[in-house]
Amino acid sequence: MSAISRPAHYGFAEHWLPRLVLAPSFLLVLVFLYGFIAWNGALSFTASRLLPNYEWVGLAQYEALFASERWWVAVHNLFIFGVLFIGGAMVVGIVLAILLDQKVRAEGTLRTIYLYPLALSFIVTGTAWGWMLNPGLGLEKLMHDWGYAGFSFDWLVNPDRSIYTIVIAGIWQSSGFVMALFLAGLRGIDDSIIKAAQIDGAGLPRIYWRIVLPAMRPVFFSTLMILTHIAIKSFDLVMALTGGGPGFSSDLPATFMYQMAFTRGQMGLGAASAMMMLLTVSAIVVPYLYSELRRSRHV
Amino acid sequence: MSRPWRSVLYAVLIIAALYYLLPLYVMLSTSLKTMDEIRAGNLLSLPGAISFDAWRKAWGTACTGIECSGLSGYFWNSVRMVIPAVLISTALGALNGYVLSKWRFRGSELAFAMLLFGLYIPFQVLLLPMAQTLGWFGLARSMFGLVFVHVVCGIAGTTLFFRNFYVGIPDELIKAARLDGAGFWRIFVRIVLPMSLPILMVTLIWQFTQIWNDFLFGLVFSSGESQPITVGLNNLANTSTSVKEYNVNMAAALIAALPTIAVYVLAGKYFVRGLSAGAVKG
Repeated sequence: MSAISRPAHYGFAEHWLPRLVLAPSFLLVLVFLYGFIAWNGALSFTASRLLPNYEWVGLAQYEALFASERWWVAVHNLFIFGVLFIGGAMVVGIVLAILLDQKVRAEGTLRTIYLYPLALSFIVTGTAWGWMLNPGLGLEKLMHDWGYAGFSFDWLVNPDRSIYTIVIAGIWQSSGFVMALFLAGLRGIDDSIIKAAQIDGAGLPRIYWRIVLPAMRPVFFSTLMILTHIAIKSFDLVMALTGGGPGFSSDLPATFMYQMAFTRGQMGLGAASAMMMLLTVSAIVVPYLYSELRRSRHV
Repeated sequence: MSRPWRSVLYAVLIIAALYYLLPLYVMLSTSLKTMDEIRAGNLLSLPGAISFDAWRKAWGTACTGIECSGLSGYFWNSVRMVIPAVLISTALGALNGYVLSKWRFRGSELAFAMLLFGLYIPFQVLLLPMAQTLGWFGLARSMFGLVFVHVVCGIAGTTLFFRNFYVGIPDELIKAARLDGAGFWRIFVRIVLPMSLPILMVTLIWQFTQIWNDFLFGLVFSSGESQPITVGLNNLANTSTSVKEYNVNMAAALIAALPTIAVYVLAGKYFVRGLSAGAVKG
């Protein structure tokens, strides 16, 4: 699909130049992304521990992975975190976008405030929330000072609750991002459709539910993709907020992979867990990208 | 909308704003308190006498593991890392975007699809081979290695930004220039580049934020002399064995956040555009 018809003087240099210009990037990506994926895949079939060792062990690392309690805790946590983080950020972001869309005064200021957490690193976010949620001096002490003597909030150090503190900080960090995308989407919707519906006597909630939100399906899907991607590769936030603890109760696959590959000398197992992460992302992203690319070709 | 409803609307919006501002307020006020004041007061109490001791300590003398020279070294490491990484990945993105939108050839669509998928790869699959490769070339734990990793992983995003922007430049413009005898480079320098300012800003700011905020690569591929600020902050906040100095931790968190907050405040418009450009693929 060549966009430009070729003039008569289309020379040798012009024919090869574009290829030459793209080549360095293409080679970097081919070798360092795709080549490394293959290499990591190969490592996951070997007995590598502290050092790579190319003794082929078949699926033994995957069997060890699936037999590991710690891995299943990480997967289970990813499920809890993923559902609550994606769902929470979506709901908060969409609600804020719709409210801001009501010709609000000081909209610019509010938008800036809602979105700034996204400029911060997860390490900063985790450090800040770690201080606020810490039992003793943080939120707990604040509530005691306000007269709620019995208030206790120990999620950060409670193995059954620690994963939820990561959800709280994650939603705080990313919901403004959903708000920004949806607000941009809402601004793209033709006002006359809404006016027409209002003339027909439809209330505002009904208009949003039946007309506006359905029209935002593409925004919804791309936001979902990005949040899913953030959730699966979440590493920084866990490291800064709980360090995966107490014990390994707030591990996610990303922190599991790091621990196995770089601190516990289980390289083969780490490589296998990374492959599982890649497969999960691919299962979600490949069909999405495929449909996006097809769509853009038809437009 | 009726008047009472509008009051509810504003109330909800303002409460939401307070929720987003709370951590920033807590970080700032805590960083200005003494430890005695922190123990005596609570999260929301204002500092009695403003003290910058915690900031001074976070910058110059706080311990990050066995080193006790604060975050200043890490901060400058991040600066030295982010500038070349952002410039190189942006320059490559501009060239790739130009080729992929205006000089398509057989196979260029496939190249683009391969780049696009690169955006979604969980970097965990690259860590082990990359660590090995950098080791072979003697680049493990060096600033050069870190910059290289950021460039490789940044190409996909920057290419997408520029490609999507350049698709909007009319092909007729390029055709007319070619009829006048302008070649590949001349068209790029004289016509395409001068129109690129908006997307250039978006890409520079987006890459700056991403690379400044990176933790994973910094943790795995650097040590001592080359560790970035996020690693320094995490070491300071999470590995100190003695009594935790929350005021110093909060000052450190703000130091790590200042450059990206500054960029966001000064060029928020471009930051938001980067978001949307990054979100709408294809």
